[in-house]
Amino acid sequence: MPEPLLTHTSDKQLSSASSSAEASRSDSRSRRLASRISHAERKDQLFRQALLIAGLIVLCLVIAIFLTLIVGSIPSFRATGIHFFWGKVWDPVTEVFGALPFLAGTLLTSFLALFISLPFSLSIAIFLGEYFPPGKGKNYIAGVIREAVELIAGIPSVIYGFWGLFVLVPLVRQLEMKWNVLPYGVGILTASLILALMIIPYAASLGREIINMVPAELKEAAYSLGATRWEVIRHVVLPYARTGIFAGILLSLGRALGETMAVTMVIGNTSVLPKNIFSPGNTLASVIANEFTEAASKVYLSALIELGLVLFLVTTIIHLIGKRIIKQFST
Amino acid sequence: MHLNSIKHLRRRQLISASIRGTVLFFTVLTLLPLVYILIYIIKQGIGAINWSFFTQLPRPVGETGGGIANALVGSLIIVGLATLLAIPIGIFSALYLSEHPQGRLAGMIRFCVEVLTGIPSIVVGIVAYDWLVKPMGSFSAFSGSVALSIMMLPIMIRSAEETLKRFPTHLREASLALGVPYYKTILQVLLPCSLSGVLSGIILSVARIVGETAPLLFTAFGNPYLSFHIFHPMHSLPLLIYNYAISPYDSWHQLAWGAALVLLCWILLLNILTRMIIRKWSVRY
Amino acid sequence: MKKTNLISLAIASMALLASCGGGQQQQSQSAASSQDNKTLLGAGSTFVYPFYSKVFNVYTQQTGIKVNYQSIGSGGGILQLINKTVDFGDSDAPLTDDQEKQAGAPVVHIPICAGAVVLTYNLPGIQDTLMFTPDVLANIYLGKITRWNDPAIQAINSKVKLPNLPIAVVHRSDGSGTTNIFTNYLSKISPEWKSRVGASTSVNWPVGLGGKGNEGVSGLIRQTPGGFGYVELAYAIQNQMPVAKVRNVSGNFIAPTIASTQAASNIQLPADAKVFVTNTSAPDGYPISGFTWAILYREQHYGDRSLDRAKELVKLFWWVTHNAQSYCADLHYAPLSAAAQATAENLLKTITFDGKPVLETSAQ
Repeated sequence: MPEPLLTHTSDKQLSSASSSAEASRSDSRSRRLASRISHAERKDQLFRQALLIAGLIVLCLVIAIFLTLIVGSIPSFRATGIHFFWGKVWDPVTEVFGALPFLAGTLLTSFLALFISLPFSLSIAIFLGEYFPPGKGKNYIAGVIREAVELIAGIPSVIYGFWGLFVLVPLVRQLEMKWNVLPYGVGILTASLILALMIIPYAASLGREIINMVPAELKEAAYSLGATRWEVIRHVVLPYARTGIFAGILLSLGRALGETMAVTMVIGNTSVLPKNIFSPGNTLASVIANEFTEAASKVYLSALIELGLVLFLVTTIIHLIGKRIIKQFST
Repeated sequence: MHLNSIKHLRRRQLISASIRGTVLFFTVLTLLPLVYILIYIIKQGIGAINWSFFTQLPRPVGETGGGIANALVGSLIIVGLATLLAIPIGIFSALYLSEHPQGRLAGMIRFCVEVLTGIPSIVVGIVAYDWLVKPMGSFSAFSGSVALSIMMLPIMIRSAEETLKRFPTHLREASLALGVPYYKTILQVLLPCSLSGVLSGIILSVARIVGETAPLLFTAFGNPYLSFHIFHPMHSLPLLIYNYAISPYDSWHQLAWGAALVLLCWILLLNILTRMIIRKWSVRY
Repeated sequence: MKKTNLISLAIASMALLASCGGGQQQQSQSAASSQDNKTLLGAGSTFVYPFYSKVFNVYTQQTGIKVNYQSIGSGGGILQLINKTVDFGDSDAPLTDDQEKQAGAPVVHIPICAGAVVLTYNLPGIQDTLMFTPDVLANIYLGKITRWNDPAIQAINSKVKLPNLPIAVVHRSDGSGTTNIFTNYLSKISPEWKSRVGASTSVNWPVGLGGKGNEGVSGLIRQTPGGFGYVELAYAIQNQMPVAKVRNVSGNFIAPTIASTQAASNIQLPADAKVFVTNTSAPDGYPISGFTWAILYREQHYGDRSLDRAKELVKLFWWVTHNAQSYCADLHYAPLSAAAQATAENLLKTITFDGKPVLETSAQ
């Protein structure tokens, strides 16, 4: 209950203020009041500072992460310099560290996954965003599909990798045996397939939201001109949502680039430039996961941290660009 | 009407209907492998679940039997500790951001939250190793929890800020006009009204990190024994799944499927909880 | 406002300090700080993991002391020991000079047991034991022999009809003592291997797929038709995978067994126990055998380790090198010879706490 801020003093009481007892009573009352107010003010001040500190912690956290990665990369940068980025050889024995195999592995798997998943995530996005949008109470099945997509998007990476090892890898192995390739089963292709499966629910959710955001007036205007459903989608919805979808693609790419566990389990853990999509390889994330706990020499550890820095920068930039485009799109 | 335009119209309608069919077909086609994954995990995992699965510790290499008790308890502890660490910072930062919709510092903090959203989990693991494991001299559940809480923050902050922002100004002004101090206005008026969004943000962030393995690889390390000590190494479900999945032992594969099923159920329950909270406790202004 | 500026400055500077802390390893405390002395922490070789897994279980039942051993590979074990995040590391590769320098303080290598690095394969329909010569092995791993029915392999295995499958070569992706033993052997028998690749826990493999740990390698081979790779004997047997015979220096094709491993490792160990027994000259010895060592700091008082903890550690390894040896055979490891045991005892006796030998003060 808020305290009354003003005590009610009648005129008669005010006029008899000459009586000292009265005066002292009202004095102590106003002093108690003043102390109650300043007490609340102090609590307010503390509270505001607490909020500020929490915000500052978040800020310092990100700065500290960035600094840690940079400081950790310095020994490697001093040893290898710029050649790090196009060095083809990753040899911990002779301490020659080149990042090209991992850059190639990361970019290959991520772009291939994106390419494979695009038609599928787009179709789910259109299905759930345009044909059966939420909130209309239209279709129970569509609601179930939406829930299922959300749930599948939440499956942890390590479980995808586990499933991939036991179902996808034998499948790819059979494919390789048919095409007379070394039947490893693991490799760039398998990693791309698993990444594609992981991106689809995520991209579909994003796409659905974006397509949902297309203003109804535009669509209704097209319908009133006699357009069919498909023509509305093709000439109104998709062009309007084009930037948003592009941003969704960027965000999915960012997610794919940073995926660690599923990729580590099915990519074959070989630190060489992949020759074709059936070869085993490594990505930035998977080589760190594999070799971090054993990098005994200073330069080795620092080279791994430098890979982490590259990964951090690339995923962050792509993520931020995607987010910026979506923000512009939705206003 | 002109005959051609009728034919033309029917052709367009046919195209539209066939596209609808194609999209439906592609959707089902896409969902098939995804649903298959779910069913596969459930089928493999159900076979492993029994009472000893939950209560026993893993047996030595090559021996059959054993359970996941230490990993289950370890996951609960690590996730619980991470949540405790993340909630004060997350909620208070969200409050700060919602109280300062403009402002340069708030803008920078929002930018940092975006950066945290996109950070790969393995990088968080590197950082946590550098900050906690090396200086402390040992692997610990605590360092794993810190790594996980870093990943929880952005989801928590974003969801909470979204809900807090919707709090109408007239309610806030009414409270302040009644003489309620600022901090009480926030804590006893604003927060309870936004409880559904804040809570669901917390629960969603938990659902996000229960399955994370990469940050725990170099921090919590793993432990074949049941342990409650947060400054010692601790096992967890995702670590168990990873180690057992790449092993050659069938008995370990069995255990890993069971653990995967447990993890999925956990995530499903958290999602359901979020939906219930949003439905029941949402405040409409 | 000044207060909050100060606070943010403090937080930021703490973060900076933490990021610089990555470069300095001297300031790290020992693994024992704030840990109870009833749990010892170890990490390292996957080579010896089946053995450790069993005997530590027995030790816990007998004494109540728990040992948390994580098999992350010999390279990992060495690093964690150098970082002082574990009580002991285990490695099938002794520390290199570089690593000893990084450790900062002298370490002791306690021989635990000997094992065989076997070549295992997955040829559908073929149950026979294949035979290999050193040259063929080197050429397979150099990428010169790529198919199973290559004349070089067929010549040695005239009784077996080898299929026309490509050889899916598998090696370790992590830092491994098993790799060290295998590449040490290859370097000894193939000058080309020695100059082109060399021997270490982690090398630049010319061909092949990487598996994580002995577990990962055996898992990959087991599931890949045409798979071929090197693992510790226990893993091949536990997974019912065939093992190949290898020709040794004396010209005999030797199967990896406890007896042949013992024959190879039955040598006089040097005082510091660091020795390779590959390419043995023993006529019945298996040529790709090796020791595995538990690696501890000689001076146990570092960080805030206690005398109790040091005692438990030394007691553990006294037990492992004596009483636990009876478990070796069942798990297909070769127990320490009497000479090796004596060397282990001498090394354990050199472990000190504050300069005083730990063993004399412990109730042994």
